[in-house]
Amino acid sequence: MNRFLIPFALFIFLLIMLGLGLRLNPHEVPSPLIGKPAPGFQLSQLQAPDKFITPQELKGQVWLLNVWASWCVSCRLEHAALMDLASQHRVTMIGLNYKDTRLNGINALRELGNPYQVSGFDENGRVGVDFGVYGVPETFVIDKTGVIRYKQIGPLTAEVITEKLLPLIKELNRA
Amino acid sequence: MIPEIGNFSLMLALCLALIQGIVPIVGAARGNQRLMQLARPTAAGQFLFVSLAFGCLVYAFVTNDFSVAYVETNSNSTLPLHYRVAATWGGHEGSLLLWVEMLVLWMNAVALFSRQLPSAMVARVLGVMGLISVGFLSFLLFTSNPFARLLPAAINGHDLNPLLQDIGMIIHPPLLYMGYVGFSVAFSFALAALMGGQLDASWARWSRPWTLLAWMFLTLGIFVGSFWAYYELGWGGWWFWDAVENASFMPWLVGTALIHSLAVTEKRDSFKNWTVLLAIIVFSLSLLGTFLVRSGVLTSVHAFATDPRRGLFILVFLGIVIGGALMLYAWRAPQVGLGGRFSLFSRETMLLLNNVMLLAAAGTVFLGTLYPLFLDALNLGKISVGPPYFEAVFVPLMTPVLLLMAIGPFVRWKEASLKEVWLRLRWIALVAVLSGIGLALTLKFSMLMTVGITLAAWVLLATVFHVAQQLRNGAGKLLSLPRSFLGMVAAHIGIAIFVIGVTLVKGHEVVQDANMHLGDKATVGGMDFRFIDMKKIHGPNYEAAQGTFVVTRHSVEVAVMKPEKRLFTVQQMPMTEAAIDRGLTRDLYVSLGDQTSANSWVVRIQHKPFVSWIWGGCLLMALGGLLAASDRRYRLKKL
Amino acid sequence: MHKIFLLLLTLAISVCNAQSVPGNSELDLRMMRIAGELRCLVCQNQTLADSNAELAIDLRKQLREKLASGMSDQEVIDFMVQRYGDFVLYKPRLQPSTWLLWFGPFLILIGGLIFLVFRIRRLQNEDRS
Repeated sequence: MNRFLIPFALFIFLLIMLGLGLRLNPHEVPSPLIGKPAPGFQLSQLQAPDKFITPQELKGQVWLLNVWASWCVSCRLEHAALMDLASQHRVTMIGLNYKDTRLNGINALRELGNPYQVSGFDENGRVGVDFGVYGVPETFVIDKTGVIRYKQIGPLTAEVITEKLLPLIKELNRA
Repeated sequence: MIPEIGNFSLMLALCLALIQGIVPIVGAARGNQRLMQLARPTAAGQFLFVSLAFGCLVYAFVTNDFSVAYVETNSNSTLPLHYRVAATWGGHEGSLLLWVEMLVLWMNAVALFSRQLPSAMVARVLGVMGLISVGFLSFLLFTSNPFARLLPAAINGHDLNPLLQDIGMIIHPPLLYMGYVGFSVAFSFALAALMGGQLDASWARWSRPWTLLAWMFLTLGIFVGSFWAYYELGWGGWWFWDAVENASFMPWLVGTALIHSLAVTEKRDSFKNWTVLLAIIVFSLSLLGTFLVRSGVLTSVHAFATDPRRGLFILVFLGIVIGGALMLYAWRAPQVGLGGRFSLFSRETMLLLNNVMLLAAAGTVFLGTLYPLFLDALNLGKISVGPPYFEAVFVPLMTPVLLLMAIGPFVRWKEASLKEVWLRLRWIALVAVLSGIGLALTLKFSMLMTVGITLAAWVLLATVFHVAQQLRNGAGKLLSLPRSFLGMVAAHIGIAIFVIGVTLVKGHEVVQDANMHLGDKATVGGMDFRFIDMKKIHGPNYEAAQGTFVVTRHSVEVAVMKPEKRLFTVQQMPMTEAAIDRGLTRDLYVSLGDQTSANSWVVRIQHKPFVSWIWGGCLLMALGGLLAASDRRYRLKKL
Repeated sequence: MHKIFLLLLTLAISVCNAQSVPGNSELDLRMMRIAGELRCLVCQNQTLADSNAELAIDLRKQLREKLASGMSDQEVIDFMVQRYGDFVLYKPRLQPSTWLLWFGPFLILIGGLIFLVFRIRRLQNEDRS
């Protein structure tokens, strides 16, 4: 009898795996950079071409890197949440203007509001590639020592901010 | 009005399916003839109502009824009529209805051609098919109703995806589904036999033609899919080990094992448990494929727009049907008995080896397809498993299959002599190896190619030798040989031809991308391709840029090829329509990429040797299935 | 919501199925061969070589530059894996979590053959007894 139950047992195992699979998102690519230092870069600032921004300057504070573009439709979905987060002054917010033109980027910020302290202008997207960006928007949380702690793929929502980001930022600020 | 009739029809079909699924089986258990006799009428009733519903959906498409949400999503008034009909199965809901339509077709074919079967068996077989129907009809009605209304109605629809506006869309899904669903017959026969405790040679004889036909349809379905992708997608590939392609390949592999296993059970009354288990597995794989495509669990170009709720429903359904079948197996199989005996070297063993290897192959495809999901579910990371893996693993697995395929027919039943077989086949083996090496040296083959060609030659020569032997032994003329034998010959030769095609294409194809200006010439595969013209043309629902390439070889014109870049007006979607010059020994393949300047385009030119042999091989295999299914012993003495 | 998804999907497909221009030099062929074993992150059902998503074009350009600067094939692949993880490899790496994947087929075959031999032997023994 036991030998004949093997197919059934194997099937139950499969069923469980498939059930678990229903909760997953096969398209999402998790970042291998979590727990690793943020890649170094030096980009000109979007609104001040002769000034620069590098992650070195941000050591000692917890900061958010939000990848956005003027042509990105989904970015508009998270903009209100970002503005709200910026108004709380809990974390330094740095933008990465990804594969955009300066004019369009500046205009977008003027039109929708600027939640960022400063935005780096990543015209050819190479800095984005170093961060493992594959779609817009994406958001990274980086701690005081410059290590990436969290990556959000897709637009931020109020829930994600209150339930994941703010507690994490609080914890990182304490360290 | 018509969509509501369709909806109501489906509800009636579900009621009948419930009766069909429960009553005849109870009747068979109790020996109650009246209850058992309900099987055929309920099946006929289901056929009536499901076909009516299907007709209503087609009607909605043909009359451009955009008040039906499903029509709005998948069609448009500018869509040509034949594609409007094909659009019926262009999305999730409609393709499910097609699935059910196929199921009632097979169900009634079984009802019609089963007069010689004992009534208990018929009752059980149709009962199981009824239960499957209950599952699918429920799924349709409760989560995926194609007749759901869109209010207010849209003025026009989203149009059928341009990639699907092709004759391939008209024949690929129906053929494929005929195959998938056809295996439900073998499944039902297996369960019926387990329920009745009657698992003998006659069960195998009844099952076999149905299984062969389903296998034939699946072979054709996969073939058309591949053939279509080849000319439609514009980059010359024909198999990508995509999750959904694999989902169709797994039942094919196990189905092949099943038809061989049924042969043994039929002839020698052996392997009975094993054959039953295979029958359960094949259809389970069909159902699993349905789940994979519609649940969003795997990434695939084929995947329908998904909803985890639907995924859950199918999963539960899967659990009940397959879990139930395997439980029944675990309970009843031990009582079945062992069947005929055979020695370690015998045709029985050869066929069992075939089974083990085909199952290992199917298991490998299964492993590769689902491994990313397993790891992700166990939180062990996210990986991808693609063509490099499958090719690395699959080819070595298939090698012993090809090797044994040629030997098997020469091995006697029950007890055979290794020496005798060797004596008979040694010259063939020598010729095969020599021709393989000879071709390898003259045509500069890689090691892999040499192995492929040698194996194909081996199978081809051995099979032809076998036929010659039969004829020499006074069996009569070629066409009067038994159909099941001819079927085997055709299918095995088909595989050899297929292997030749794949080996030569993969080994020696040339692909070249270039930015070409009007007037430029590119040389690929020893032929010159001159880009002489580009003009705008209008289609029924698209605008296109059509290029003209003149192909010459040693200044002799070989072909004029006209690839197109189309822009479909409704979805504003660009699509490339490759120009293919087909030939027995090579295909020339030209496709347009993006326009890079006023008179220059990116062009991909390919020379693909013997790719037609891939298609020829598949067609021969399918022919083999048909021949075997039409063997005299399956034909009815009288209806 | 469904419609937006469908629209985005069609856009994605249209972007993915266009074509780009490598060239045919030695470096280009090397780059295309490597890109053929990598997965496009946008058009996830295509290789990096076949996809024409903007990210894929950019990445191919970048890979070619890296090869030109003297990086080996493996170093270029590592570059991609460092940024995008194992997901980007169509040929899974041999590591403890993929042992079952790579050795599985062989184990299944051997296991099946052993099982077969045992069963046939047992049948014969039962026959004799």
